[in-house]
Amino acid sequence: MSEKELGQKWDRCLADCAVKLGTGLGLGIVFSVVFFKRRTWPIVFGTGLGLGMAYSNCQNDLRSHYVLHSKVAKEE
Amino acid sequence: MLRVCWKGAHAAARQCVCGKVKAHPLQHCRRYTTAGGSGSTAGKIVAASLLTVGGGLGGTILYAKWDPKFRSNIEKSVPYSDQLFEMALGPPPPPLVPLQKKPGKIEPLQISSLSEASKESKQPKAKAKKSDPAPAEAPPAVEEAPAPTPQTLEEASAEAAHIILAISEVPSVPAPGTSDESPPGHMAAGEESKDHHEPALKERPAEEVSARLAQQDKAEQDALSALTAGLEESLGSSAKTTLQAIGAQEAALTAIARHTNKLKEAMDSETPPDEKSTQWKALNEALSDRARAMEEAEEALLKAKGELEKLRGMINSAKQSKIDAARPQILAAEENFHSMIVDLDKVVTKVQTAQTEAKIVSQYSELVNEAKAQFQQELANITPEIQANWKGLSGKLSADDLNSLIAHAHRRIDQLNRELAEQRVREQIHIEAALEQLKLEDQKALERAVVSALEHRREDMRLEQEKKVQEVREVMEAEMRTQLRRQAAAHTDHLRDVLKVQEQELREEAQEILNSKMMEQETHYRRITQEQLDTFTLDMSAAYARLKGIEEAIDSHVIAEEEARKAHQLWLSVEALNYTLKSAGADSPTEPLEGAVRAIKENCAENEFAQALATALPEESLSRGIYSEASLRARFYDIRRLARRVALIDETRNSLYQYFLSFLQSVLLFEREQVAPPAKLAPEDLDTFRLLAYATYSIERGDLELAAKFVNQLRGESQRVAQDWLKEARLTLETKQVIGLLSAYANAVGLGTTQAP
Repeated sequence: MSEKELGQKWDRCLADCAVKLGTGLGLGIVFSVVFFKRRTWPIVFGTGLGLGMAYSNCQNDLRSHYVLHSKVAKEE
Repeated sequence: MLRVCWKGAHAAARQCVCGKVKAHPLQHCRRYTTAGGSGSTAGKIVAASLLTVGGGLGGTILYAKWDPKFRSNIEKSVPYSDQLFEMALGPPPPPLVPLQKKPGKIEPLQISSLSEASKESKQPKAKAKKSDPAPAEAPPAVEEAPAPTPQTLEEASAEAAHIILAISEVPSVPAPGTSDESPPGHMAAGEESKDHHEPALKERPAEEVSARLAQQDKAEQDALSALTAGLEESLGSSAKTTLQAIGAQEAALTAIARHTNKLKEAMDSETPPDEKSTQWKALNEALSDRARAMEEAEEALLKAKGELEKLRGMINSAKQSKIDAARPQILAAEENFHSMIVDLDKVVTKVQTAQTEAKIVSQYSELVNEAKAQFQQELANITPEIQANWKGLSGKLSADDLNSLIAHAHRRIDQLNRELAEQRVREQIHIEAALEQLKLEDQKALERAVVSALEHRREDMRLEQEKKVQEVREVMEAEMRTQLRRQAAAHTDHLRDVLKVQEQELREEAQEILNSKMMEQETHYRRITQEQLDTFTLDMSAAYARLKGIEEAIDSHVIAEEEARKAHQLWLSVEALNYTLKSAGADSPTEPLEGAVRAIKENCAENEFAQALATALPEESLSRGIYSEASLRARFYDIRRLARRVALIDETRNSLYQYFLSFLQSVLLFEREQVAPPAKLAPEDLDTFRLLAYATYSIERGDLELAAKFVNQLRGESQRVAQDWLKEARLTLETKQVIGLLSAYANAVGLGTTQAP
């Protein structure tokens, strides 16, 4: 069903966001702890990285229909 | 009372205002006292008003009890007063009904008239001693009285019953000799019994009346026979006793006569002495005979008188019974009675005269005896030595004795001569006195005789009159009977003639009627036969034509039936297709329509239109089935929500921020859910929200097609979201359209081929 599609996209989006956020946070914490002497900026950076990626993914997913795909015609 | 309290309160308030605090308790007391004072007067006023009201009510109730008109007036004017009155006095008295008395009065009048009539009939009988007119009077009197009343059969029988009652009541009235008080008492009893009988009498039919009459006759006969038997018996016995009495009287008479004769003989005759003694003996015998005969005669007379009294009583009772047939017998009995009495009286008078004669003779004999005794005594005085029997005087007397005797005899002769002379002188006076006495006695005897003769005569005359009346009555009865017979004969003759004439007339009439009827019947018959023939030929030709028509009709009918069958089959298959549409669940599609469509295709192989239509169905519906309108409708609301949320998203705006904005817009935009779509769509109507509103309106009204059209106008993400729904809606609409067409076609074909019953 076409109406379910949107819902599914949103589900994916949220799941992806959660994952990326978590991962970002985690990596940030790790990096902060490991490499950057427990400064907050890597956590924030990592979280922001994750959030950004999730947002971008979500957006791409949602606008995937409208994006024009071009193909290069192969020359024979 | 309120004003008083108010004033008191005001006063208290004023004092409160201008007074001091400690005056408050006093003021309270004062207020209470003033309230108390005012309370007593108020109480008095209350008591007085209560008394007045109670008195008025009580007076009204008492007067209403006494006067019902007043009560009804009050009940009419004051509402609920009737309930109060009922509670106090009981239900109102019922109004008087004066009409009820009148019908009750009429009946007693009738009865009283009848009783009066019977009274009239009874009174003449009570007054007169004649029995004959009375029974004749009673029936005419009773008959005359009810004559004014209408003569129906019932009333005639009732009258007859009344007459019977009147007759039967007569014996209850006492004999004429008794007082007048008993008849009214009996009259009243008679009335009452009549009253009692009246309602019962009216119900008796004529047969009963005649039965009663017969019974009455029989009773009369019985009474008559009993009466005659009694009369004869008493007559016989009284005759016997009378004869006996007469015989005894006559025997007494002869005994007296004999005795008197003997006495005379004994007085007068100069028979020798020895015969004298026999004579005296015979005289004694005769005397005793006479005494005995007298006694016997007395006895017989008494008995005869008793029997005669009985007979008189019987005759009277017979007269009382008023039976007509007994009258001649009564008459005869009365005659016999009368004659017996007459004979008895005659004999008694004879005996009395004989007795007087005997008395005279005995007186004479006494005198003679006295003289003789005196003479003997004188002789004995003069000649004491002579014995009693002076008959032996002739041989034994001396000369002195003879001389003294002769001297005595001379002296006696002188004395007697002197006495004789005296007697002669007094003769006249004595004779006159005797004559006078005789006259007186004669007169008395005469009177007595006259009276008895008068009575006898009167009796005779009465008897004669009765006999004559009886004869005249019989003659009259006979004459009346002959006249009636003559009249009856004349009547029967007349009737016979009239009947003959009537018979003739009726016969002629009947004959005429018969002839006319016969003529009618004949013409009618001819006409009918002709009609029948005509109708028969008509019917035959008609029947033949109809037969032909029927055959044609049947042939065409077969064709039509065939068509109808085909149409029916098509319709059935279309209905089956319709039915499969109903098999859609809430969210699941229907069954695939393939089977039903195949059936249609098979059924109407030669019907091109149907075939075309059947093939026009979309493939998807055949294979998968379609969704029902309800499910589409439900789904639409999801679509609507989603479409509203992504209303801003299209190919130019599709970032996540746009998504957020679009969501915000959908949340903050308040609009009507349903908006009626205009007839023409303007460009501003192509807004998502507007379109969705129109679509909601349409789908709420059941117009899926219009809704689909509106949804089709969506652009951008909304369009993408609604794509599937639209497709499903299109499918459903298409299929429905085709099926509608098919069913319409089937209905049309069916209608065309259906034949009206």
